[in-house]
This record gives sequence, C-alpha cells and structure tokens, in this order.
Amino acid sequence: DNPPAMMGPARVVASPSLPLLRSRRLASPGFLLAGAAILSATALSVFSFLSNGHAQNVGAPAAAGLQARTIGGVPGVGMRQYLSGLKGKGMAAFGGERGIRAKIPSPSAVEIGVEDTTSTQTSVSPLDSETAGALYEDMHLGRKFEDATAQWYQRGKVFGFVHLANGQEAISSGAIKQLRPDDYICSTYRDHIHALSKGCDPKEVMAELFAKKTGICNGQGGSMHMFSKKHNMLGGFAFIGEGIPVALGAAFQTRYRRDALKDPNADQVTLAFFGDGTSNVGQFAECLNMASLYKLPIVFVVENNLWAIGMYHYRATAPHLGDQLPHIYKKGPAFGMPGVNVDGMDVVAVREAIGKAVARARAGEGPTLIEAETYRYRGHSLADPDQLRSPEEKERFAKMDPIEKFRAYCLENNLLTEEQLKEYENKAEAKVQEAVEFADNSPKPDKSQLLNNVFADPKGFGVDENGKYRYQNPDFMAKSAAAGLQQ
Amino acid sequence: MLMFRRGSRRLRNFRTLSSEARMKTKADSLAEQKSYRTMNLFTAVNDAMDIAMEQDDEVIVFGEDVKFGGVFRCCIGLNEKYGDERVFNTPLCEQGIIGFGIGAAAAGAKPVAEIQFADYIHPAFDQIVNEAAKYRYRSGNEFNSGGLTIRTPYGAVGHGGLYHSQSPEAYFCHSAGIKVVVPRSPAQAKGLLLSSIFAPDPVLFMEPKWLYRTAVEEVMEGDYRIPLDSAEVIREGTDVTVIGWGAQLQVLTKAADEAKANHGISCEIIDLRTLSPWDEDTVIESVEKTGRCVVSHEAPLQGGFGAEIASTIQEKCFYHLQAPIKRVCGYDTPFPLAFEKFYVPDHLKNYDAIVNVVEESC
Repeated sequence: DNPPAMMGPARVVASPSLPLLRSRRLASPGFLLAGAAILSATALSVFSFLSNGHAQNVGAPAAAGLQARTIGGVPGVGMRQYLSGLKGKGMAAFGGERGIRAKIPSPSAVEIGVEDTTSTQTSVSPLDSETAGALYEDMHLGRKFEDATAQWYQRGKVFGFVHLANGQEAISSGAIKQLRPDDYICSTYRDHIHALSKGCDPKEVMAELFAKKTGICNGQGGSMHMFSKKHNMLGGFAFIGEGIPVALGAAFQTRYRRDALKDPNADQVTLAFFGDGTSNVGQFAECLNMASLYKLPIVFVVENNLWAIGMYHYRATAPHLGDQLPHIYKKGPAFGMPGVNVDGMDVVAVREAIGKAVARARAGEGPTLIEAETYRYRGHSLADPDQLRSPEEKERFAKMDPIEKFRAYCLENNLLTEEQLKEYENKAEAKVQEAVEFADNSPKPDKSQLLNNVFADPKGFGVDENGKYRYQNPDFMAKSAAAGLQQ
Repeated sequence: MLMFRRGSRRLRNFRTLSSEARMKTKADSLAEQKSYRTMNLFTAVNDAMDIAMEQDDEVIVFGEDVKFGGVFRCCIGLNEKYGDERVFNTPLCEQGIIGFGIGAAAAGAKPVAEIQFADYIHPAFDQIVNEAAKYRYRSGNEFNSGGLTIRTPYGAVGHGGLYHSQSPEAYFCHSAGIKVVVPRSPAQAKGLLLSSIFAPDPVLFMEPKWLYRTAVEEVMEGDYRIPLDSAEVIREGTDVTVIGWGAQLQVLTKAADEAKANHGISCEIIDLRTLSPWDEDTVIESVEKTGRCVVSHEAPLQGGFGAEIASTIQEKCFYHLQAPIKRVCGYDTPFPLAFEKFYVPDHLKNYDAIVNVVEESC
C-alpha cells in the first residue's frame, strides 16, 4: 500500500555512513587516546565475560578494565564543564562504552546519524531556578512514591505485579516535564513515575495501586496500566513492545489532523518509552520503519537499564557490525532517523536531548530514537529477589544516583539553595503521604464494575431470562453463592 | 517406558469391581517397585526436561530467562548440566522464539520453547496457528514441526491481573495440527510432558501456574509416559459428570465433596488432560451413564473450550441427557484485577451448578 498522498514523497533522513564516522573520529587526537583506552578496556572486558559466560550469576562484564564513570577522562569533572563542552554541538553528546563515560568535550565530538538541526530548531530553554526546582521535586516525588509503593506492598495493600523505577527518575522527569499537556506519552509496566511526571495526581495513581474505585482507571488496571485522558497518558502496558505501535498511532493522528484536516494547532508530539529488551521485539522494528516512512511526530525513548528481568543487555542484543558491544541508538539511522545516546542518570542531559528531539518532531522533521542509559536500583518487580545482578554493579550505579547528582548540580550552579531543595523534598513527601492516605481511605470498586466498559454499550452483555439487560440487574452478582465472599 | 492403560469399555462396566481393583493395572504393579520422590509441579516439570535431555541429544530448551532457572524455576540446573548450546536465553521476542522453534523442529531438533506467561503467547499466535499447526499438512509430510513443545504457565494465580492470568487454550484448540495438553498435578505433568516432548506432533503444554509450588505429590522417578489424547476419570460417580482440566480440578473436587456431603450427589470427575484432540469416548460414556454434565474452566464462557464439549455431548448423548449441560466459566470480560475472586469459577459456583443440575433434571 502506498502511504496516503498527503504524506508527500518519503524522504529518508541522510545519515553519515559508518566509514565517514570512523574517519572523523580518528581525526581527533584527543579522541584517539581515549578511544584506545576504551577499546582496550572493553576488549579485555568483553573477552573475559565471554569466557565467563557460563556462570549463572554473571553481573556486569568482568570488571577488568572498566573504570568508574568519568567525564573527559578526569574523575569528578562537574556538570558545567561537561555541558560547556557540548555547547554548539546540536544533539546531546555520544556515549562511550557502557561504564566508561569518557565524554570528550572536543570540537570533533560526533553526533551519530544527525543532521545539523541547529538552524531549524529552537534550542532547549536554559535551566532556571523554577524549572530546576520543578524537576527536582518531580524526581524526588517519583523516588518517594516508589518507596511508599514498596512499603505498602509489604503491608498487603498494594498487590499484584508491581515494577518500580527507582534510579530511572532522571529520564522520566527530564523528558516528560518539558512536554505540553496535550502531548502524548506511552509507557511500559514501569509507569508510575511517567504518570506522575506527566501531571497525574499522585492520589489517583496510588489509589489505582491500591485497586480502589478512585484510582486513575477506577481500579481496573492496577500498577501496570496507568491511563489518563486529561494528561494524555496512553498507558501503562504489561506487555513489552505493545505500547510502541499505540504511540505511533497517536502520532499519526496528530499528523492527520494537521495535514488532512488542516488543523494548524495539531502539533502534538508523542513519546514512546520502552526498555532495552524491547528493542529486540518485532514491533520495535516495525514502528521505527513506519515512523520514519510517514515522518511522524514521535520520539522513541529507550530506557536502557541493562537488565530485562534476568537477561543482561549485552547477552541479549547483538552489536552493530564492527562494534564490540551493542548500542541501541545505532538502530535509528538504519530506519532513517537520528539515533542519540544520552546519559540517563543526568536529568540535564536528558532534558536537552529530548527537548531537541521534541522540537524536531513538532516542526515536522520526523522521529528520533534516543537511548538513555540508566539503571534500576530495585529488582525487576517487587517479587524479584534481584539475585542476578552483582553487588559490585549495583554499587557502581548507586554512586550515580540521578537525584543526588542533580542536587549537587543545582547547588554548584547556584540554581537552588539548600533550603529550597529541602522545601521541594518536603513538598514531594507531603504529596506522597497525602496520596497514601487518600488511597487507603478510598472505597473498593463495586461488584457491578466487573462488567463495565467491556463494550461501549453496556447492553452488549445481552438480555437475561427476565427480558432485562443483564447489567441492569442488581442481582447479577448476588445470585451466586460467591456473592457472600469478602473481597 | 510405562504406560498407564485405560481399561477398555467392557471392563469398566463391571460395577462389581471396586474402583481400586479396577484401577490397578499391570503398570501399577510395576510402579510399586519404583522409587518415588516428593515433588511440586515445577520440580516435576524440571525432572521431565532433565530426563528428556539426557535421553535425546536433540532436545534443546530455550526461552526468556530460562538460563538462570526461569521465573518459575522450571529450568533450574539444566544450563549447568547441559551447557549453553542446549539451554539458552532468547531475546524478548515470542514470535521469534516460536518461529525459531518450528524451524529447528523441521530440521530435526526437539525444541522445548518456554513462553514466560501464556498471556504473552499472542505475538506467537501467528507462528503457532499458521506454521506449527500446518507444517506437516501443507508439505504433504515432507517436513513437520512435531519436535516442538511449547511450555507456558497459564491460569489465575490470585493477583495476576489482566496479563498474568489468562487461559488461552481455546484459541489453539481451534487449530487442528497442534495438540493442547494440560496437566493437573506434578505426577501427571511429568508423564505428560515427557510424552509431549517425544510426541510426533507439536504440543502446547500449559502448566497451571497456581500449582507450581502449592501442588505437592509423590512422583515416580525415572522415565514414564502418560499417553496423550486420553482423558482420565479421576473419581467414579453416578449422578453428574463433571469435566475440567488443570488447576480447575482442585476446585471441582472440592465442589464435588461438598455436594456429596450436603446432598449425597455422586459426581464422576473427568480430567481431559489433552484438549485437542480430546477424548470424546470417555466423556460420552460417562454422560451416558450419569445423564448430567457440568463443564468448568477459567477462560471466558463465550467460545471457551467448554462450548465444544457441551456441543458434542448434546449431539451424541442427547437422549441420555436429563438436564441441560451447565458451563461454569469466567465472565466475558478481560481478566480483572480487583475482581478476581468474583470472576473465577470457584468451588461455590461449581457447587451451585452441580446441585442445580441435579435438581433441575427431569
């Protein structure tokens, strides 16, 4: 089928080919040195973990050669220096091999597969105190909310399969807080903080976790299915990869309204969040292709936290030809869109990278694939004993806590004072406390809600023996002995 | 290789024999000499795979997270014993996993593919229904995917919600060419899984996840097979035939006990074991004897496999029936989160059905 005529001829976004990339990289002496260090380190680590591959509890690749995270090769270089090195380079900087973040702020730092977009895009607005405060509060809210969820899960009020996003707050806050209210987001089962960042009321989200009637989905969905029409949150998907085509459809609808229905205000952007394991699902490839073909206003955000339950990213995804380790962002150019790697523990970098991608999409220049490297501090779900990841790996990433980093950044750059930060923390904690109380005191859903919303028309349940619509019969549930059961 | 033979029809009509005497077969006598071990469902499944892999080099096990043992511990120890070439993780792509399994089977392997939850089997639906089920047919027996066994946990678990509780057996029973097998207990699971792995047809082996830890039984050690395509009468009775499979039999047994205690109703309980193709003869013979039938499954009512059973019974036993056939199933809604207790066909609903079907009969 040809795409509808309104789309115009499909234009493939030009991306630099690999040989060109390599030669540009080698041109920089600073990079050569760092590159050599990276290559030798990763070669060592890759070969040693390949030979250790049979060990059941392999955590990160054998630690040989992998250094603690540095910037510019110098430990402890601050955010400001790092960001100043990025100025004027368009999209956020490339990422090094996992675990070695040798971001070299040199003039020849390369954006992978990106056209020069600085001429057409408005740059991301600089971080001021108010924005920083909002970001900090949101990240803190996310962290405290997830901790409260875990607490109440132990106490039996939250039940089912619950997946917490401790450690991934920078991506949620950095990406979502800058969106407009009418922009869409589509998430995964790790969706509590996405819902919060998008503006959903923590009270309603917590009530949904408690499966109460006042929950954001009336208690129908639970932890993995946060939806909000008001905030344009398209879910919450228990099934990995299922959300990506849904996000694509929403992005298509925006384009349709703009081009076919001639609505000049239709410039919403859709963000699709998913994980590293999902980049191997067929729907990922299908959607990247369609997004590029139809030039849809969508940004694909990969939250690469290295683990898909028990499957380590490096053992689950094949590397790009010529690489030692897999990089998901490199799949973008193959499908005709820029691929960008960003440090997912750095909310400022995430905000910038996604801000630019969103501006691109809003201007009608098509999709972007962004890989944000992060880590989850808790297990896959609250039922996961989290025995597969090595303590060394967990410790290494615990040092990169995004909230601590941003806190230090705000203080260092005089964006917020200690008192202001504390105030935001207290606000966040108060919201969580309020949410828990609200959820606890809310009523459970009525039994009759079981039949709601299967079809649009409740009469879809048909007529019972008495000639009345089934849903109208108050005894529908009461007739059986099961009606006497306590919920 | 021990086979639990079903007695022939003629033998079973000898009501003078007590059920113990009738049930004792040559296989049972041999079984008494074997050793037994206490196992739960996941240990039994693990044991079956271990035995299969030891016997036949062509057996390979793969799926998501199987290498560390699987999220339900069914594959514990297999990677250590048989190595990375035979027990390995796949990336997250159900369609790829099953398609890959079909191809491997066509080339001679005996893959045991795990789908982490039956709810996730739907991306692979196309491969199962369009490829696995039709491979032998459309190639005129040039090739077949008989070596393929797909293992997947199904069913309600108390807190699963929409996507960790589904029972999708009906979709696959509708595709001839693939067998659907559901064990009710650890001992049955081991024998049925061993038969499934070595069956010449592709098998979808659905394990009731609720029973993984809760069902504990003395399971015979070593290799034994339980024949596919045969149902088992697990309790003899005279008044009502009660049909189910998998974890639902626990529920049905409880309901039958209560019906016996309160109303003196004697239920004949049948475990179908293989849903496709299903053992019509055993069921028909039973309904001809009792004249009443209750079918129960967790899957939703409309289009569930109970509909096929009810339809066949009314067709073949119409003149023996004394009351309409009752189906006690899940409601026609997605599997709910907060309403699970109301949704599932529990022992109370089944008790009601059993009592009503007796009271309503002519």
